[in-house]
Amino acid sequence: MARYLFRRLLTMVPLLLGITMISFAVIHLAPGEPTGLQAEFNPKITKEARERLRAYYGLDKPLHIQYLLWLKRVATLDLGRSFSPDRRPVSEKILERLPITVTINLLSMLLIILVAIPIGVYCATHQGSFGDRALTVFVFVGYATPTFWLALLLMLLFGVKLGWLPISGIRSLVGYEAMGPLEKAIDMGRHLLLPVLVSAFGGLAGLSRYMRTSLLEVIRQDYITAARAKGLPEGKVIYKHALRNALLPVITILGLSVPGLIGGSVIFETIFSIPGMGQLFFYSVMARDYPVVMGMLVIGAVLTLVGNLLADLAYAWADPRIRVG
Amino acid sequence: MMFWRRLLENKLAVAGGVIVSVLLAASLLAPFIAPYDPAQIHVDRVLVPPCKEHPLGTDQLGRDVLSRIIWGGRISLLVGFVAVGIATAIGVVLGAVAGYYGGWVDGLIMRLVDVMLCFPAFFLILAVVALLEPSIWNIMVVIGLTSWMGVARLVRAEFLSLKERDFVLAARSLGASPARIIFVHILPNAMGPVFVSAILGIGSAILTESALSFLGIGVQPPTPSWGNMLTAGKDHLEIAYWLSLFPGLAILLTVLGYNLLGEGIRDALDPRLRD
Repeated sequence: MARYLFRRLLTMVPLLLGITMISFAVIHLAPGEPTGLQAEFNPKITKEARERLRAYYGLDKPLHIQYLLWLKRVATLDLGRSFSPDRRPVSEKILERLPITVTINLLSMLLIILVAIPIGVYCATHQGSFGDRALTVFVFVGYATPTFWLALLLMLLFGVKLGWLPISGIRSLVGYEAMGPLEKAIDMGRHLLLPVLVSAFGGLAGLSRYMRTSLLEVIRQDYITAARAKGLPEGKVIYKHALRNALLPVITILGLSVPGLIGGSVIFETIFSIPGMGQLFFYSVMARDYPVVMGMLVIGAVLTLVGNLLADLAYAWADPRIRVG
Repeated sequence: MMFWRRLLENKLAVAGGVIVSVLLAASLLAPFIAPYDPAQIHVDRVLVPPCKEHPLGTDQLGRDVLSRIIWGGRISLLVGFVAVGIATAIGVVLGAVAGYYGGWVDGLIMRLVDVMLCFPAFFLILAVVALLEPSIWNIMVVIGLTSWMGVARLVRAEFLSLKERDFVLAARSLGASPARIIFVHILPNAMGPVFVSAILGIGSAILTESALSFLGIGVQPPTPSWGNMLTAGKDHLEIAYWLSLFPGLAILLTVLGYNLLGEGIRDALDPRLRD
């Protein structure tokens, strides 16, 4: 396993380099230079900030030197300072918002797993039944639903019409400090319920479809026929023999869904006014706060890389063929 | 033909095809079938709920929602087709080159694919659109540039197996150039899956465009797009549900149509994949 981990970490190095190269290329997409034309017209950027950015990227030097200089700083997590009036370091701004986004994404991933896998198993074991067909249609509809629209409808139903749930923020603005620990948890839970549901919805459709296909493929294998032939009850065949193997590719899909979840956080955090990474990204984009935008591009991609690594490790842990081979 | 019979037997695929055809027709015929001018402001008919004159109501400026949805369909389809066209062109060329040549060329292109897949696409798209100016053309190009990786992998996989076939050897021994072998001999045999992934890609490009427009950095008002109509819906959520409900339904139906059709064509092309 240690050897596998080492090999796997090694493959991440060129990817990390590639990530920084593309992020760097995006910075230089701005017409002229990052401090140039657009900054001139941006009243939010002072002359001093522009000079600082010039110095940070070493814009008077050749491009490859600029890249190396920038890379050296990024490697030490020095992502520069924000253009916004608070002028705080970018890494600090991102780090304080990371936990809330990661929490919501983990919760929605958990929800996806808990709901999608049983749905997928049901559809595969009842292939062609009314339930299977109904769920298949539901999955297609889920794929096609714009999450921000779903968020609006849920806000309208539960927030406005029924008044059951709060529709913005992560805690009550009034009276939160006076609550006991349990009440605080309930309060946050009520605030997070809709965002988690919305961000899980898209992945739900995809994963349950995938689970169904994967299990159907496994059921066709010879060892399942063998298990049935030796007289094992169907429940045991499915849950003990088939499901384990069918779950393997699902782990990979979960890892691959990380960038989608992080990208999706822009949408639901903006709609629900949640102070997470997505909201920060959106505000920074709107304010043309380049240092923050670039820092988040790099960190978003690195988070994806970590997600994929975790998925691969889980896969290797579950499948001896990978970690030994 | 087996393909058409299998496709027509698949009820979901037929439903998808019908949805797609109706939407295409509605977009093309927008000037003739839209009951009102989508940009015409009526200060005396602001936020009218669905009624006989306005089946889907009117918005905060008194514009007819149904007419705006019909015209907005043109934008969505334009973005979908152009973005997917760009993504497919890039994916096919890179995938073909990687699969045909192999070696370090393949390694380089596939690492690029891996790197691009690491970026949360929505982050990348937002950043680029913000650095350039938000416009419908920029959006189409950026969505195209960030969604070619799936096609590239697909085409590469097809090429890896196809290039070993006898007909490729035959073409090569006749002195055909690599470009000719790639595009004239091998590529036509790999187009089925590419076509399927393009149709599925249209749906996701439309979703991305609507999300960008909803956030205010996509298609800019007064041009109606389903996404920016929903922005207005959010502002009037408590008093005018129809501003949120109908544009979203239009997006859902469109994406659903393309996805059903795409999966149907995939199953009809290769029945072994059908589960």
